[in-house]
Amino acid sequence: MPGKLKVKIVAGRHLPVMDRASDLTDAFVEVKFGNTTFKTDVYLKSLNPQWNSEWFKFEVDDEDLQDEPLQITVLDHDTYSANDAIGKVYIDIDPLLYSEAATVISGWFPIYDTIHGIRGEINVVVKVDLFNDLNRFRQSSCGVKFFCTTSIPKCYRAVIIHGFVEELVVNEDPEYQWIDRIRTPRASNEARQRLISLMSGELQRKIGLKVLEMRGNAVVGYLQCFDLEGESGLVVRAIGTACTLDKLSSPAAFLPACNSPSKEMKESPLVHPPSHGCRSTHNSPIHTATGSRLTQNFSVSVPTLIYTGMGSGSAGKEGGPFKALLRQQTQSALEQREFPFFTLTAFPPGFLVHVGGVVSARSVKLLDRIHNPDEPETRDAWWAEIRQEIKSHAKALGCHAVVGYSESTSICEEVCILSASGTAAVLNPRFLQDGTVEGCLEQRLEENLPTRCGFCHIPYDELNMPFPAHLTYCYNCRKQKVPDVLFTTIDLPTDATVIGKGCLIQARLCRLKKKAQAEANATAISNLLPFMEYEVHTQLMNKLKLKGMNALFGLRIQITVGENMLMGLASATGVYLAALPTPGGIQIAGKTPNDGSYEQHISHMQKKINDTIAKNKELYEINPPEISEEIIGSPIPEPRQRSRLLRSQSESSDEVTELDLSHGKKDAFVLEIDDTDAMEDVHSLLTDVPPPSGFYSCNTEIMPGINNWTSEIQMFTSVRVIRLSSLNLTNQALNKNFNDLCENLLKSLYFKLRSMIPCCLCHVNFTVSLPEDELIQVTVTAVAITFDKNQALQTTKTPVEKSLQRASTDNEELLQFPLELCSDSLPSHPFPPAKEHLESASSNSGIPAAQRDRCSSWIELIKLKAQTIRRGSIKTTMTVEKASPVGDGNFRNRSAPPCANSTVGVVKMTPLSFIPGAKITKYLGIINMFFIRETTSLREEGGVSGFLHAFIAEVFAMVRAHVAALGGNAVVSYIMKQCVFMENPNKNQAQCLINVSGDAVVFVRESDLEVVSSQQPTTNCQSSCTEGEVTT
Amino acid sequence: MTSELDIFVGNTTLIDEDVYRLWLDGYSVTDAVALRVRSGILEQTGATAAVLQSDTMDHYRTFHMLERLLHAPPKLLHQLIFQIPPSRQALLIERYYAFDEAFVREVLGKKLSKGTKKDLDDISTKTGITLKSCRRQVVEEMRGSLVDNIQQHFLLSDRLARDYAAIVFFANNRFETGKKKLQYLSFGDFAFCAELMIQNWTLGAVDSQMDDMDMDLDKEFLQDLKELKVLVADKDLLDLHKSLVCTALRGKLGVFSEMEANFKNLSRGLVNVAAKLTHNKDVRDLFVDLVEKFVEPCRSDHWPLSDVRFFLNQYSASVHSLDGFRHQALWDRYMGTLRGCLLRLYHD
Repeated sequence: MPGKLKVKIVAGRHLPVMDRASDLTDAFVEVKFGNTTFKTDVYLKSLNPQWNSEWFKFEVDDEDLQDEPLQITVLDHDTYSANDAIGKVYIDIDPLLYSEAATVISGWFPIYDTIHGIRGEINVVVKVDLFNDLNRFRQSSCGVKFFCTTSIPKCYRAVIIHGFVEELVVNEDPEYQWIDRIRTPRASNEARQRLISLMSGELQRKIGLKVLEMRGNAVVGYLQCFDLEGESGLVVRAIGTACTLDKLSSPAAFLPACNSPSKEMKESPLVHPPSHGCRSTHNSPIHTATGSRLTQNFSVSVPTLIYTGMGSGSAGKEGGPFKALLRQQTQSALEQREFPFFTLTAFPPGFLVHVGGVVSARSVKLLDRIHNPDEPETRDAWWAEIRQEIKSHAKALGCHAVVGYSESTSICEEVCILSASGTAAVLNPRFLQDGTVEGCLEQRLEENLPTRCGFCHIPYDELNMPFPAHLTYCYNCRKQKVPDVLFTTIDLPTDATVIGKGCLIQARLCRLKKKAQAEANATAISNLLPFMEYEVHTQLMNKLKLKGMNALFGLRIQITVGENMLMGLASATGVYLAALPTPGGIQIAGKTPNDGSYEQHISHMQKKINDTIAKNKELYEINPPEISEEIIGSPIPEPRQRSRLLRSQSESSDEVTELDLSHGKKDAFVLEIDDTDAMEDVHSLLTDVPPPSGFYSCNTEIMPGINNWTSEIQMFTSVRVIRLSSLNLTNQALNKNFNDLCENLLKSLYFKLRSMIPCCLCHVNFTVSLPEDELIQVTVTAVAITFDKNQALQTTKTPVEKSLQRASTDNEELLQFPLELCSDSLPSHPFPPAKEHLESASSNSGIPAAQRDRCSSWIELIKLKAQTIRRGSIKTTMTVEKASPVGDGNFRNRSAPPCANSTVGVVKMTPLSFIPGAKITKYLGIINMFFIRETTSLREEGGVSGFLHAFIAEVFAMVRAHVAALGGNAVVSYIMKQCVFMENPNKNQAQCLINVSGDAVVFVRESDLEVVSSQQPTTNCQSSCTEGEVTT
Repeated sequence: MTSELDIFVGNTTLIDEDVYRLWLDGYSVTDAVALRVRSGILEQTGATAAVLQSDTMDHYRTFHMLERLLHAPPKLLHQLIFQIPPSRQALLIERYYAFDEAFVREVLGKKLSKGTKKDLDDISTKTGITLKSCRRQVVEEMRGSLVDNIQQHFLLSDRLARDYAAIVFFANNRFETGKKKLQYLSFGDFAFCAELMIQNWTLGAVDSQMDDMDMDLDKEFLQDLKELKVLVADKDLLDLHKSLVCTALRGKLGVFSEMEANFKNLSRGLVNVAAKLTHNKDVRDLFVDLVEKFVEPCRSDHWPLSDVRFFLNQYSASVHSLDGFRHQALWDRYMGTLRGCLLRLYHD
């Protein structure tokens, strides 16, 4: 009996009228946990009952505490017939189980009914008394913290990053049990909600156990998903990254922390110093996996980059050819882990050494009934297979780890596509082992490796490349090779030098397929997948070139399967990385060059494309500094073979003359228009309309090139469903419809949010589903953040200024980069290049003048900043603040965060891991909620739109209420993982399932902090600023 | 390709003021889109008509969901479903309960019942509903100061709350306002009078502790008004009153002779109105009587407003010098309010 749960029911308000005669309600409450139930008294005739109950006490195992939700049911007492349920509240008490999070849950919760929606509110207080349990063999994992955030949470520092944890549990879906035929929809929905709540609790507990085994104390980047497999069951699975985190809370620990990486980590989620170019090509090897009797496997490893990586996991696999070259440390760290995967997308500085490229694997499976829920072996085996595939792809890229890793499924009837993707990378071993961090810290000051371009450098052997690629010397350090294009699934490292701004790039694709059953269907899908994957990459590449950019971050490719079609949607944020070569243009070539009118048409198209590229360069302010050829060295000649549509050429392309002439030979993509398909491709390239002026969009956490966010944020979810006209559907028509759907949706968003201009849509997350034959559903969740236009202009207008700013952040990171890192990265290039690198490393020790300049200017910047702080206008240098320890040190030195100041009632929600203009002071626990809503009066509720609109609003409300009850004022890393909508207009019915998650936090406005500081003697502030200077 | 479903839900509920106004004005989505197109919004934003249509639908849906809450504004403040900043909430409520003066003028004094509801539909459904809900709630559950109540329960601004109090007051006492003679009066005129009457002639006016609503006229006071009859019934008193007034105003009034000639008629009119107020029917006709007995005669003699003011001031003040008259307080309570009303009503 290691825990005592105490619940008090205080009051209700705005209850619905349950007794028509009196227009009132006789309400009482049932409080249930596990198998124990308590009841309050009946509060007669009121819509605002005051129960003020005693404390209901449940004495339970901590295992149950983790698994079970607290169930609160509000009922209307009826003397003569059965009591009517008004609605329920499920409260996940997990946040109360670890000491640093919430201590009490107290507040107004919406009373939710799956048929009627929210019906009034109830005020509840929940507390937990935990007794220490010393049992080694315990089944619970209380105390392990969970974060949805895919970076090290802001008020923690990572001591060790242990690595990948995964688990899945399966059960029968109550909706498909025989009993469902005789029970009410309400009972069925509630059974499902309860089951899923239970399963997620269990899953979280099991993951927690694994973390404890690894000696970690937290899971970061926790991603939990449901697979509604219909007849064959319900799967709840989760992946995450186990870490040992240290809380950074005491102001005393502050100054020292300034220099430590930890501080950086918590400040800037996106700090990755030395990652090097990712290279992605669509013509990378395609492995078609074996099709077993029932399952068709297929996987593609797409663009690749190599890093000296560290993996995490257990039961080490063979390290591959590079093994011998890895440092001993790295090696052993890797060995321990079965899957060296990390769900993080942003890393502590020094963690990421090189990036190889995107690796992905897909597998088509036929679902069959899960016979024994306690032994979910089949599903486990499926995923293990895919992960193995990913691992081997990473190896092929010379990488030992995969970062930005995620998994997803798409299910249609009995066919299921499992997908996994991530970015192959080489990691620094330091963070993966005990005791290494401290030692490294000391070396940091000596660090002088130019790390900003490091992550772009290829991790694989250039003479033995896994796929054809075009390499040049890095445009930043000129020492190492970089690919011409880099694709990744992670966020842009904050220290990466980017020219201009980024933009959202999407590839959209539909393919019709014949309706088929079982194996035939799976085979058909398997056959289509490689083509889809290929085309999606072609589209991405073309659009990237069209934007004049050379790298993609946050790439997410979603393949959705429907009855008669497959949809592919890839979203990513394109940027121009200064370290990578200027992209060539796109050239169009006709198949029959001598046909006059055709020729004319071609040249017309060519002109349009060139114009678009030029326009885009202007729009996104891409003006790379001109670099003379000699410095760069001539491009490495390379055989290249591309497929029919896309070929690279080694000849200068006319269209980019202004900027590219100096670069001499550039390769341009040639689009050969030899059939209508290709024609269509070109057209579709040109149909994407850029956002209206004042708007930017990206699917990463923050927009490259914008760094002066102001505090206004608006998170939103938008859903659209279109019905295709069923007759004569062709691939082209389908593509056009889908394209229009996405484009129109974006246009609507820009229009709706026009009052926020200038603003940026961040973390734009598209999800496609095919609920029925002719229906396409697109769900978008994103956050609009305003920024200060004037400052944006300033910084972008003068690249010098910008680089100054960057330098300041860099410098912090530079300091934290041990020399060791340099040598670390060396072994990662297993073959001849290694020698070169050694040479280059030695030559590096003579720091280029430019860098010294940067240092001094950085110091100036710090001074400037100190002044700014004194004046109290921090906003102008906000990004700098974020990344630099000095500014932060100041904040933390100040008196305790005035939590009481936070506005009561308002709860912010954002898919990002931070809140602009504010500082997260406390993480209160994970929010993971699952709701079902059903109606049998669809028309009366305003049709499908009215129904879903109300439901999503209700879901937001319930999330906010739970956060507020935990004492929080925001949800970060919010994500709507599932929104399954089904309708039956003929029966006037609809049903929707929504699953959301995020981290509940307490944040304090930076302006509030300033107020506090201004009350302190100025000297205090000043001295801390000075100290900051000295220590850095 | 047809759009089956199209929604946008923000964590903070987006309120477009322009669309809200169109919605309040009762335009259909189609009309609203047309009006927005005409406003030139497409050119400003580079949006397409389809985008506008979707945006308008979305706002309308939101407003529709909010309407339920707007019927009981305190609920809007405590509800959890829509996160709306306080300033926006205030705007929503204020606009929702704002009314068209011309319209209110029409309904004023009509019994708000099923019968009128049908008429209301013709004029403006929206306002009709709000009026009804407002009145219903005021009648059902409120005690104490009318204005304060409306302000608290509907969270309206001071000005709007006063207007509502006037409407409720008029409706409750069923004042006749629809006669042709009264057509020249605006809603503002009536609201002004109503406020004066609420302040002076109701039970709440006498005793603020009174556990009663101040929308009913003080019955006792109305009974007492009979006593004023002596002012016109007693010939001596009337003459004395007249001479006092005439002495005081001689030379100061441009229309002195007309005044002198009409004094008895006017005085009789004003006092008789007071004396009749015991009957409900006569209360209803208060405004008709005032216009007939005072405003029209003066107007036909072309009294300027300043002269009317002089006259009324002197007329009420002189009574204090009448030794035989014992109801000074009663007279002040009556005349003080009436004077204000008459001055307001005296215009073209």
